[in-house]
Amino acid sequence: MARTEPKKDVVIVGLGWTGSIAGIELAQEGLDIVALERGHDQNTVPNFEYPQQIDELKYGVRVKMMQKPSQQTLTVRRSGDETALPYRSLGSFLPGNGVGGAGTHWNGLNWRPMPEELRLRSYVTENWGEDIIPEGMTIGDYPVSYDELEPFFTQFEKVAGIAGKAGNLNGEIQEGGNPFEGWRSEEFPMPAHKPTFDSAKFGEAASAMGYHPFTASAGIASTSYTNPYGMQMGPCNFCGFCERFGCYQYSKSSPQTAILGALKQYPNFEYRTNSEVLKIETAPDGQTATGVTYWDEEAQEEVFQPADIVILSSYQLNNVHLMLLSGIGGPVYDPVTGEGVLGKNYAYQMNGGVSMFFEDEQFNPFVGHGANGIALDDFAINQNDFGALGFIGGSYWRSGTFNGQPIRSMRLPSGTPAWGAGWKEGIKKWYGHSMSIGSHGSHMAYANNHLDLDPTYTDRHGRPLMRMTFNWQDNDLRMNQYMKSKMEPLAASMNPDLMQSGFKGPGAQYDVRPYQTTHNTGGHIMSTNAREGSVNRYSQAWDKHNVFVMGAGNFVQNTQYNPTGLVGGLAYHTVNAIRTQYLSNPRPLV
Amino acid sequence: MKTFLRILAGLVLVGVIALLAFIFVPVQRTEPTTELAADWQAAEGQGELVLDAGDCVACHTSDDGESLAGGRAIASPMGTIWSTNITPDAETGIGNWSFADFRAAMIDGVTPNGTHLYPAMPYENYRLMTEEDMRALYDYLMTEVEPVSAANKDTNLDFPFNQRWGIRAWNWLALTHDAGFTPAGVSDAQDRGQYLVESLGHCGACHTPRNTFMAQDGVTAESESFLAGGVVGGWNAPALRGDDAGIKGWTVSELADYLATGRNAHSTANGEMALVVEHSLQKLPDSDNIAIAAYLKGMDGDAFDLPEEVAAAGPIATPEAEADDAGAATAELLVSADPDMPLGARLYSDNCLGCHFASGKGAPGIFPELQGNGLVVGSEVSPLISVILNGAEVPPTAKRPMTLRMQGYADRLSDDEVAELATWLRGAWGNDAGAVAPEAVAEVRDSDSAH
Repeated sequence: MARTEPKKDVVIVGLGWTGSIAGIELAQEGLDIVALERGHDQNTVPNFEYPQQIDELKYGVRVKMMQKPSQQTLTVRRSGDETALPYRSLGSFLPGNGVGGAGTHWNGLNWRPMPEELRLRSYVTENWGEDIIPEGMTIGDYPVSYDELEPFFTQFEKVAGIAGKAGNLNGEIQEGGNPFEGWRSEEFPMPAHKPTFDSAKFGEAASAMGYHPFTASAGIASTSYTNPYGMQMGPCNFCGFCERFGCYQYSKSSPQTAILGALKQYPNFEYRTNSEVLKIETAPDGQTATGVTYWDEEAQEEVFQPADIVILSSYQLNNVHLMLLSGIGGPVYDPVTGEGVLGKNYAYQMNGGVSMFFEDEQFNPFVGHGANGIALDDFAINQNDFGALGFIGGSYWRSGTFNGQPIRSMRLPSGTPAWGAGWKEGIKKWYGHSMSIGSHGSHMAYANNHLDLDPTYTDRHGRPLMRMTFNWQDNDLRMNQYMKSKMEPLAASMNPDLMQSGFKGPGAQYDVRPYQTTHNTGGHIMSTNAREGSVNRYSQAWDKHNVFVMGAGNFVQNTQYNPTGLVGGLAYHTVNAIRTQYLSNPRPLV
Repeated sequence: MKTFLRILAGLVLVGVIALLAFIFVPVQRTEPTTELAADWQAAEGQGELVLDAGDCVACHTSDDGESLAGGRAIASPMGTIWSTNITPDAETGIGNWSFADFRAAMIDGVTPNGTHLYPAMPYENYRLMTEEDMRALYDYLMTEVEPVSAANKDTNLDFPFNQRWGIRAWNWLALTHDAGFTPAGVSDAQDRGQYLVESLGHCGACHTPRNTFMAQDGVTAESESFLAGGVVGGWNAPALRGDDAGIKGWTVSELADYLATGRNAHSTANGEMALVVEHSLQKLPDSDNIAIAAYLKGMDGDAFDLPEEVAAAGPIATPEAEADDAGAATAELLVSADPDMPLGARLYSDNCLGCHFASGKGAPGIFPELQGNGLVVGSEVSPLISVILNGAEVPPTAKRPMTLRMQGYADRLSDDEVAELATWLRGAWGNDAGAVAPEAVAEVRDSDSAH
């Protein structure tokens, strides 16, 4: 050990959304806090400034905002029969890097889970019986209910600056909102966005079929906005550079626009960048953590940072990796015996969609934002008859240009040549004449899908890489096929000249190469007792009471929505427990 | 150059008169306006508030130095003046100064050894301070501030400005007003505002035009020139009164927001004003910023409502404004996507419209409106050029902790393009200000690269 830093009250590992939330809420308690961030510092200007930022080749194609595999990666296999190989080229998912983390380069799709999703096993059992749960599916109940989390969802939405229209205010269904959503105690803090042409067209077709369309909620400012910390957002100009980009317009909800400026005002808070945490250190009695060891990139040395409380708030994959390396979070999960908890219930997202081409309609594909669109929840988890349909799950649908970037947004009819004169002909004919509908579906937890340490490969610090074992499962593929069967008639009702579907079907195998989604969940799941998960209802490690673990790794199984809303709500729930219960008497809270 | 010659001529004349006076009249300190009891004690926090409202820290602290230990270079038309150490260090600061010495510096501009301060120290305005505030500030500096040993840098101006006795004569012209504060008695809030504006805040030092002798052309509202707009270091300090004042259309609440946070529904603070917000105004209680705003609005006899708080906590969602009648034609041109639109409008569309919008109204609290914006239509064009080339930054403040930074376009736009854009901005949405020449852009660009 080259260096030991003076002890802090709190060390935060990773300065993205949840690290920033923990930072500011605990700084308000007067605690002495340091946040360690593996990546670089970044601010709207100069890091995301116009026009340098809207370089699609650099950020959209070459994904320069993301973690570099040479810096950190994992190995991937589809089942225990295969040998996992390193994820050397970013494809299926894109972990972020630097201050703000994935909160800087997301699309701004902020959703709450449905109440039923947080008690899924009970919901299924009560309505259809335990028997419909397929063998190998390991779904459970979250140890915290929607009602308990509601104030914290609301708090996060105010901080993050979410635009939308409530569909259920304290049980009263509201015109224009999502009638199937969980109840809200308050209206959204910002009004819903105006629709683009494609989303309006989709909304009309959906209404005509008797569905219940509404404007998707957005972490994208529809007006000037000031949040409870005094932080600000400017109204979005629909440039369409959200996902994979930082926002030059101060319009996208991010730690930079929502928290960091306010956090930096606290003299009792400091953060160190280029500081990669290697391990959480444990006290000799094994009951608590003593701090973390990190790699100081600048000094090229290992540093021990002692602290009374450790907040793990790096990306889900990295949190699980650190816990595996540090022996925190309970025994490692064994998919064969079903014993152990750490690494259990890794889940993902099951998505599909339909593209439609209209020779005589002019869409402006350069106008949009990441969370743009009209959505519907008529095929959501709480609307589907799992017993009759033969699957457990659901999805929300959405239509609206969310990517205004020219290179990756040139949708073409299948069969169009991928290059040369035929491609040019196709682009000329179809650019600006197409739209799409997406299905964003749930992903259940399964015995096969888990995370552990790789026996072969190590990282630049000599630590074993984490190994992901993941494949698609029949239940979710059946759900996806059901969405196809329902979405195609809706698309056809809009009378496109051409339409084509992209839904994975029976027998589909996970391919880590093409981008799918960066909604990696589970691995250090929440549970009612230490035999079933790694952390309790307050995201407090069962085995080390001064370690709190933020993020989507807490998800018992993934929901049908983008994870940020639940991640934010859980983070506020956790810091509230630390403030009101833990600080006065540090102990296991359950 | 013309101004310089005028100043020179003025000062030479002043010098001759002063020389005679210097021979015949001994230096006399102004008597205190009130006699305070020997055991008088300032209220809790009063001294610090006077320090903040007087913006002492901004000038008396260098970029990397200890607070109040001096050493900041103050650019003046006569050359660089170095601010001094006002910590209670006996050797290098003011530790050996009596209260009478301190008062004399604050209201007569004279140090204990009889040296005249350069009027970069706004004793013209501090002269209006109450005796209570003077004592509170003195006691605070002497007892609450840690002494710092930091030798003062000598201010060496060229002849004739290095002849400090000349200032004594200048004081005869500039310090014609009585010491102490006389409230107008309109309302408590306005009286408090008047005091902060006239005295502690020394707003007139920038916002009041200078007369032939470079003295403020009036230090109280009794003078018509008071706060009628000045020019400081190539920046317009806009008029704060009269129908043409940029703040004419602002409410008291909006004006108070601007003072406390450097941003409001219309504009953002730049240049010197950003420093005033950062070092002084954001630290004042809401009631004081409301008082300042009420006084300024009341100067023209406008009716107003007093807000209860300044820059309330969120969540607050404020839609951006649509173009008004004066701006409608410009807004229409910008959204027409007409390939024949003028180059300035095209440059605006490509570089500025994303944030400031076709309406030219910007977005409340974050992106300033460009229609009627004092920096856009001011007589001085270099600030506008500088913002286009180098960007701008609104500092974080207690109630609005976000740093609002606009990127510069120096690498993207040529001198001709910046001139074209600036000229177009000065005529868009009903703005009515003159053209900007490419040479003026080149000058700003060169002076920046020389730094």
